[in-house]
Amino acid sequence: MLSLENVHVYYGNIHALNGISLHVDDGELVTLLGSNGAGKSTCLHAISRLLNLRQGTIRYRGEDFSRLSPYEVVQRGISQAPEGRHIFSGLTVGENLLMGASQRHNRLEIESDLQYVHSLFPVLKERLHQTAGTLSGGEQQMLAIGRALMSKPRLLLLDEPSLGLAPIMVQTIFAVIQKVRQEGGTVLLVEQNARQALEIADRGYVLETGSIMLEGSARELRTNAAVEKAYLGG
Amino acid sequence: MGPVDYLLQQTMNAFSLGSIYALVAIGLAMVFGILRLINFAHGDLMMVACYSAFFLITTGIGFVATLIITIITTLLLGVLMERLAYRPVRGAPDVIMLLTSLAVSIFLENVFIMFLSPVPRSFRGVSPAFLDIVNHWGAVSVSNINLATIGITAVLFVLLLLFVTRTRLGIQMRATSEDLMAAQLVGININAVIMTAFAIGSAMAGIAGMLWAARLGKIDPLMGFIPLLKAFVAAVIGGFGSLAGAVLGAYLLGFAEIFLVGFLPPSLSSYRDAFVFVLLIIVLLVRPNGILGSSEREKV
Repeated sequence: MLSLENVHVYYGNIHALNGISLHVDDGELVTLLGSNGAGKSTCLHAISRLLNLRQGTIRYRGEDFSRLSPYEVVQRGISQAPEGRHIFSGLTVGENLLMGASQRHNRLEIESDLQYVHSLFPVLKERLHQTAGTLSGGEQQMLAIGRALMSKPRLLLLDEPSLGLAPIMVQTIFAVIQKVRQEGGTVLLVEQNARQALEIADRGYVLETGSIMLEGSARELRTNAAVEKAYLGG
Repeated sequence: MGPVDYLLQQTMNAFSLGSIYALVAIGLAMVFGILRLINFAHGDLMMVACYSAFFLITTGIGFVATLIITIITTLLLGVLMERLAYRPVRGAPDVIMLLTSLAVSIFLENVFIMFLSPVPRSFRGVSPAFLDIVNHWGAVSVSNINLATIGITAVLFVLLLLFVTRTRLGIQMRATSEDLMAAQLVGININAVIMTAFAIGSAMAGIAGMLWAARLGKIDPLMGFIPLLKAFVAAVIGGFGSLAGAVLGAYLLGFAEIFLVGFLPPSLSSYRDAFVFVLLIIVLLVRPNGILGSSEREKV
């Protein structure tokens, strides 16, 4: 289980996270909702140890994360597909996927996970030797998720996977998220597309200016008047 | 000497000079690509390598052992430099990293001036005599040191190319240089990658330093500055941060320098470096990111 307790993060003088507490249990799909600048990505970056906490603790399976390096977080089984995809555009698709397996050393296991990612996203297999920068936006998002899966994470952090994608592509991505979850994976999903996220999530948190305003089951959030008004478009 | 021979002659000279610039520029570009750090102390690694070779050869361990120990020493110094000086300021604004590297450079130069005197020393005793032999092929004459420079550089290019395309660590280095944040998120140990970049760059600088000193025949504590400046220009012309760009820029610079001297009237040839910098300015006006540089998107 991942748990954040009273987490405070600053960018210089800007108080980006103001005492966030949340948890993600094994096997859950939890979504983090909120408008631009609410602190959703900051929250994921804090978990991935790209940012230091001013106060509070992040624990995963009982271990305190405060002194880990980002690669050690991946070693512990948490990987992230960041907002904006951030694929290595000068590397080939195959090299990108290999980079996702940076913390793993068993060639056979890496090979079988590569097969698994190919089965999720067949288009990546076709484009294996192509430079990643030549992929379409949707394919790049698939690559970003596939790359994150190559570390064989127990917990997958996804930051705005549907951003800027055509509706059909959004369906594909969400189907894969559901599949990962059905196969026993745990997912923390940051989304602006609240309706879609709440359809597949178990629980959700609503962030506003660095604080959690609401939390509850996906069903509760879907029917909450405030959420409906602010994020589901009435 | 006919015009063809003259052209061949100058081409050999240009390749040799460009090779040294390339060896230095690769290290600069590798570190810049990952850290956005312009390592001013990179030229001083060349200087340290030369002094190391200068003193080791007097112990009588022989040329090969001197070479190996010197390269390892330079490599370790580069790694130490990163660990002690650059890692603590990693992530700080670019200006702070720049000033730190200037400080490391000034520190190293002055330590050598204080303890070993600023007086130049002869490097003739270090490089074996056969390197000074000049081969005469028709009207073209090429010294063994030029041949060695071109040959060694070519071998090192191939090794580096194999490293960055065939090994996991090499691909990780390219990935890190492209996107530091994504590299961390996918689990690349960037400390290991950065250390490797410094190790490779420093070893190459050490080799370049000895080749440079063998050309000039003397060494002194400030000898690293000019080749550093030239390598910097080469890397900027080629597209800073790109390894292929650094190599291309280095050879362009080598050719520009040699042929400018060849074609300019003798009264102007001492202004060679001024012309080189004019060339830099022109390239930057036409292609602000260098010849192979891509217009880098602003990182959020």
